[in-house]
Amino acid sequence: MIPALTIKNLSKVYDNGFEALKGISLTVEQGDFYALLGPNGAGKSTTIGIVCSLVSKTDGQVQVFDADIDEDFPAAKKYIGIVPQEFNFNMFETAFDIVVNQGGYYGMPVKLARQRAEKYLKELGLWDKRAVATRTLSGGMKRRLMIARALVHQPKLLILDEPTAGVDIEMRRSMWDFLQKINAEGTTIILTTHYLEEAEALCRHIGIINHGEIVEDTSIRELLRRLQREVFILDSVEDLPEDLSLPGFVARRIDAHSMEVEVEKGQHINQVFAALDAQGIHVSSMRNRANRLEEMFVSLVEGAA
Amino acid sequence: MNASEQCRAFMTIVRKEIKRYLRIWPQTLLPSAITMSLYFVIFGSLIGSRIGEMGGFSYMEFVVPGLIMMAIVTNSYSNVVSSFFGSKFNHSVEELLVSPTPNYVILLGYVVGGVTRGLFVAIVVTLVSLFFTRLHIHNFFIVIVIVLMTSTLFALAGFINAVFANSFDDISIIPTFVLTPLIYLGGVFYSMDLLPDFWAGVSKLNPLVYVVNAFRYGVLGVSDVNLLFSFGMIGLFTAAAFAFSMHLLNSGKRLRQ
Repeated sequence: MIPALTIKNLSKVYDNGFEALKGISLTVEQGDFYALLGPNGAGKSTTIGIVCSLVSKTDGQVQVFDADIDEDFPAAKKYIGIVPQEFNFNMFETAFDIVVNQGGYYGMPVKLARQRAEKYLKELGLWDKRAVATRTLSGGMKRRLMIARALVHQPKLLILDEPTAGVDIEMRRSMWDFLQKINAEGTTIILTTHYLEEAEALCRHIGIINHGEIVEDTSIRELLRRLQREVFILDSVEDLPEDLSLPGFVARRIDAHSMEVEVEKGQHINQVFAALDAQGIHVSSMRNRANRLEEMFVSLVEGAA
Repeated sequence: MNASEQCRAFMTIVRKEIKRYLRIWPQTLLPSAITMSLYFVIFGSLIGSRIGEMGGFSYMEFVVPGLIMMAIVTNSYSNVVSSFFGSKFNHSVEELLVSPTPNYVILLGYVVGGVTRGLFVAIVVTLVSLFFTRLHIHNFFIVIVIVLMTSTLFALAGFINAVFANSFDDISIIPTFVLTPLIYLGGVFYSMDLLPDFWAGVSKLNPLVYVVNAFRYGVLGVSDVNLLFSFGMIGLFTAAAFAFSMHLLNSGKRLRQ
């Protein structure tokens, strides 16, 4: 099956001489939910900008399904729906007009564009706001509007550049559910995000870009499998002794009812419970000290620095 | 995109443009009607009655075609420059740039949007002028063709201005310091016969001279310059502006990074 997106040796040097991309290559398979991660200025938005024609590439090849952007960019554009990082619509127009007009730009008949606008505005909870000037919408509503606009021509590849930035937790969760639904229906999704929890929850594959180079391109499962160490915080029912020690583990007492335990690769959390049980200590709750992907991300980015 | 898809994209841009200027009609349509009414009162009735005839017509009859054309020029220009620069400023132009709409369709959509506003205002100003003078159309075909060519030319000029503009100041500099002087020096208020030879020669570099005189010929049947030469010059300026606009869009300068 032909990949949804194939990037080969893509480079970009801006007019001021800044080399944003240094010959990156990556492949996103059809139906995938792919996370493109990287610190600010790493080259994520430049990559996305080139794929959807807002940035001119310096060199390299980009193919969207069967369409090479150098040979048939209009065909490639038809496959893509883009949700940019910044709000990029006319704040004086209504949500309905914005979505319908976008359908028109893709050559859709007005009637069909109106039907699709209704469908996606309803699915994204914006139907009640369809006739108001978009400047009056909240930040979360504006982000959902950009998703509705990107979907009006039913693209096979949806690219979202930090879609949940500045969105509250409840809204973020409902956006996750929506994205998972359309991914399950067959839309390939590429997502950039600063919320690594988001990438871990949604995505199956991940590419990490830093200083214009891909430093990792693999499945999230494989990435997490490589994690050497995890730190857990355990809350106890009983008071913890001042001289807390767990043989074989690095453990630290935080306060009378909580402790921090490092579990190395090859060790099991059950061993921690057994050692605590032997001391008459029972665990009431447990959590990761930090997001697992975040630890891996930091180590990869720092390692490449 | 096939032809019918391109046609739908084109119509979408035109509809959006018309809706935009109708939504803000007190800013887009009303000022021209008021300004031109003042011109008719002051230059046509008050001062014009003391000037007497010009080119064989009353001064009011002489200035009406020029003033209608002045409204067409300023409105077709300012519609495209403000709309396209606005879409650059709020980044909504990206809606078009990421779509498969061909560049020439984008350009034609904005230009036709500007042309419709020019025509709309021309009709309003013409109706206002009927309160001040009787208008006899000498050649209706020439009037229509010259109106369409002129509004197209200045809509294209507005597009070029919008592409190069970096701020809202930049979209008012050209109309204030270039367009308005060209209009005033383009024979709206006087006949070229009144100018010394040197300045009459210099005036021939001004595209507004051909526009105003060709339109005046269509309305009154008199012109200071040869009609065919006027059409040729307007066509030449339009072709050059279209080619340059397409170059800007295709190269992506100031639109894409």
